[in-house]
Formats: sequence, structure tokens, C-alpha cells
Amino acid sequence: MGIRGFGITKPQAFEQAAVALTAVVTDPRQVDTQMERHFTCDAPDDELLLVDWLNALIYEMACGHMVFGRFDVTITDHHLSAIAHGEPVVRMKHEPAVEIKGATYTELAVRQMEGNGWVAQCVVDV
Amino acid sequence: MDLNLLSRVSAYEWHIPQKGTMRVPGIIYGDEALIRDMDLKVYEQVVNVATLPGIVQASFAMPDAHWGYGFPIGGVAAFDPQQGGVVSAGGVGFDISCGVRALYTGLRADDITPVNEKLADLLFAQVPAGVGSTGRLHLKPKEMDDMLAGGAQWAVQRGYGTAKDLSHIEEHGCMTGAKPAYVSDQAKKRQQDEMGTLGSGNHYLEIQEVVETFHDPLSEKLGIHSGDILVSIHCGSRGLGHQIGTEYLKKMVVAASQYGITLPDRELACAPIDSPLGQEYLGAMRAAINCALANREIVTHLVRQAFSEIFPQTSLPLLYDVSHNTCKMEEHQIGGRSRRVFVHRKGATRAFGPGHAAIPPDLQAFGQPVLIGGTMGTASYLLVGTKEGMDLAYGSACHGAGRRMSRHQATRQWKGQRVIQELAAHGILIRSPSARGVAEEAPGAYKDVTAVVDAAEQAHLARKVAKMRPLICIKG
Repeated sequence: MGIRGFGITKPQAFEQAAVALTAVVTDPRQVDTQMERHFTCDAPDDELLLVDWLNALIYEMACGHMVFGRFDVTITDHHLSAIAHGEPVVRMKHEPAVEIKGATYTELAVRQMEGNGWVAQCVVDV
Repeated sequence: MDLNLLSRVSAYEWHIPQKGTMRVPGIIYGDEALIRDMDLKVYEQVVNVATLPGIVQASFAMPDAHWGYGFPIGGVAAFDPQQGGVVSAGGVGFDISCGVRALYTGLRADDITPVNEKLADLLFAQVPAGVGSTGRLHLKPKEMDDMLAGGAQWAVQRGYGTAKDLSHIEEHGCMTGAKPAYVSDQAKKRQQDEMGTLGSGNHYLEIQEVVETFHDPLSEKLGIHSGDILVSIHCGSRGLGHQIGTEYLKKMVVAASQYGITLPDRELACAPIDSPLGQEYLGAMRAAINCALANREIVTHLVRQAFSEIFPQTSLPLLYDVSHNTCKMEEHQIGGRSRRVFVHRKGATRAFGPGHAAIPPDLQAFGQPVLIGGTMGTASYLLVGTKEGMDLAYGSACHGAGRRMSRHQATRQWKGQRVIQELAAHGILIRSPSARGVAEEAPGAYKDVTAVVDAAEQAHLARKVAKMRPLICIKG
């Protein structure tokens, strides 16, 4: 399934890609954002950084049984630090549709669009 | 796919001539309608695989091929370590050793009808399914390593399944060469509570009725008759396989330039088989195969427990267990001589022909059983491998129907509850924790499995034995 985040800045595009990641599993609007999880990632380039960021979230969703609805991302060079806001997954409430196995390099792109804004996208395997 | 891109060798075999940086040609099996229906991305991915170092003979695609990640789903390729051949984490994928097994029940459709609701509820309660589901087993670090080294054999030693099952599992239930030390702590943590779970997406547990048999007395000899009830289980290596795929994909992408490998697609990330990274990945990937084999063995145990509550006389012997997403070292006759190659099957089933040493003695005469999963509303098939298939694509066949539309498109077209009601009207009971998950897996979202299986038979990749329709489906 393809996910794509748009933002005025690159970090905002990464944040919106993460919202799209949640949307693969459940409706992000149904997620309470009371709890926080902190993440840091380093990668050789922006595209690998996006994959690392998404895979860090996927890992926390799998092992921590969490879903996230809001994200604060900062990126300096190719170092990302982020706070994800969410809650433990509740089957009756979130009706999670599918487990995400991992973020792939298929259709992977992080680029500045003509005019304003950034796009961050890839396909995730479910 | 534009047929003008291909050279037609027969009604079921189409070639992509070698050109540019391709080291070998591409070969796609399927009838004209299936090929036309394939995404152009399948063509591009078959071509990309053909450029990888050390590839032998051809880059193959099965009749159910569709756009995958790096390799097409339904892609088969072999690499020779003597010629700088590679092993590709992308060529195996995230769901390492995802596979299907079938169990005999000794029951007939008439036995199931009066208790179908009760059986569906029991199975749904007994077998954890869906996002975030956990098993009853929590593996400590030593147990985890033992499981990764021992596969289904470990499960049987722990009291899950029976010793008789093992001979009817690929590799006798234990993939040799597994190296738990090359599996990260993160991957092990992701798996520690997931043993004996189905997972989600296209994974399922089905009670199926045999509705048609082919090539008598082959089906008769395999103990398959119209009206028989089988159990089918489709799941894989769960979070552990996903994490190994994630981690080694990145390692191989970063290391590719060190090995002088130019990747036409990052998803084809690979390393020379004989390199330290290649060997580490093989050790970890084989451990994930064992995880999948152990997982299916534990799920089988849970299914047997549920059946025993209603049918105490049933033992549910294992018909066969096949894996889909693997890389295995195999001996094949290539160019008139025997060569040891590493065969990647990505969304493809091993389908060894009659007489192959890897097939258990009681099945030697027939060929390896091949289990093709359909959808929860259509059909599944049992086939066997052929002698001809050994020379066509290293003894490989298709693995399923293949998606016709995306999950997003499916949810726009169907509602889960409506799908469940419509299937119930056709005598198919669905149990699932997610209505949206059911909509995404709606039968109409998949291609016609019968067309895929017919093409596989016509291409001589495998031979049909039986067609089954679902009666009960536990959907993850």
C-alpha cells in the first residue's frame, strides 16, 4: 500500500507520511494522543531516513502495541528526532485492519516539489 | 502488459529477450489473458532481476505474478555462487517463509454442516488472529534461539504437533544452516509473544470442502475425494521475519556499492552469497524459515485442540506444508550438468516433481504437493509438481490468486459486514476481528485463481489434484 506525506517543510512531510502510515491500520482521527514515544534515526540520505523513521514507528506499533495520531519531527542533515503521540491499540475502538510488515524502497522518494512544499512517500508491505 | 514487449514461445510461455544490462532473458508463464492483465511493473521487475550478478538461465515469473517489491510477487530466480551470485533480502521479502499447509480431517461436508457455527467460534477463540494478537507462548531468549534453530522439530519436542507431521514439511520441518546469532535482539523481541498466531492481511485458517478432483487415480492415491473436508492454514514468520527483512534490506542497500553491485531498484538489495553479509543474511533468513515452520506447527496444534472438542476421533494428519518466500540452496540440471544454485522464490511455491529426493517416500510417486490459496469466497487448489517443471523454473509454481485491486480500492467498493453477509448466504462463515480487514480481502479484490491454476497446469509447472471451496474462514 502506498503512503505519501505532503508538507511545507521536509519534517512536516515526514510527519504526514507517519499519519498516512497510521491510516493504513486505522483512522488516525480515532487515536487519542495522550502518550508519547521518542525516536531518533540516522541515515546516509533523506530517502533512507524516511524508511528508517517509518520502520521505527512500525516496530513500536508491533512491540509496544501502539497506534499514533500526531507527530513532531525535526531533521538536521540526515538526523531525525521525533515525538509520536498516541495510545495503546484497542481492538474494539481502532478496529485495526492490517499489520504493517515494513516500509519498502518501492516508489520511495523525498523531494521538494516545484513551487512550495515537500513530499515524502513509499510503499509499505502489509 | 503489452504483448508486443514479449516473444511468444507457446500459449503459456512468453520470453523477454536479453538486452541492455540483462544477464539472462526473462520468462513469464501464463495464458494471454493473464499476461495482458499483468501490470507493466511485472515486466520491469523481471528485467531488473535479470541484471543481478550471477543469475542463471532466466528471470522467471509465475502465472499469478503481480507488482511486488524489487522482485515481482511470483518471481523465481537462481544464483550461482561460483559466478559471483547474490542472495537478495528483497528477493525473499518481509514475510519470510510465509506458507500454506493442509490437514486431512477424515470428515465429510455433512459432518460439518450441523456444527459449522460452533466450529467457527471455537477456531476463532482458539487461534489468535489479527493485528496485535499474541499467542499463549512467551519465549525466553534461550527458547527463542532453540526455536530458530529447530523449527517445527522444536515445536514437536515442546508438545505442539506430532513427529509424523515432520516428514510432510519442507526440509523435514527444520531448515539447516539457521544462525540465531545473526537475528537481532529487536527481531527476537518482535516475535517473543507471536508464536502460534495467524497474523493479518491475507493470512487465514480455512475449513474447506473438496468440490472437484482431477486426474484420477492421482487424487484417489493422495486420499482426496469430493466432499472431503480439509483444513488449510496460511501464515508465516510473523514479526521476526518482518524485522529480519527490514534490517538486512537496509544493510544490503548500504553495502551494495562496496561489493560493486549496481542496483536498478534499491528493493533488489543483495550481497554476494559468499560474502560475510550474504552468509549472515542466509543464517538469519533460515532462522526465520524455522520460525514460520514452528508457527504453523503450533497453529496446527491449536486447530487440532478445537476439532477434538467436537470431533474427538479426528487426528488431522498433515497433508503437506509449503513455503512461499524463501531462498534455498538446491541442485538443478542446468545446461546439461548439475549445479548448486540459490533459488529465490518470492510469492512462488516449490513444486518438485516425482522422484525428487526432497519429497517424503509416500509422496515420491506423485510429486510434491503444491497448495494454492484462493480467496475466502472462491476456491483453493491442491496440485503436485511435475518432472517437466524441474526444467522449466527449478521446480516452482504459482502461490495464489494475486491481487486485482489495491486494499484502498477494495475498501471503497465493499463494506466488511456486507461481505460477511453475502458469503454467509453462500454457506461460507467468516470470523475476523476487523470488518475493514474483511473488506480489503473481499473475493472480488483478487484475480481468478482458477485461471492462474489452469495456466500453471497448461504450462506443465504443476498438475491439478483437487479444487476446494471454503466453508469457514478465520481471517486475521
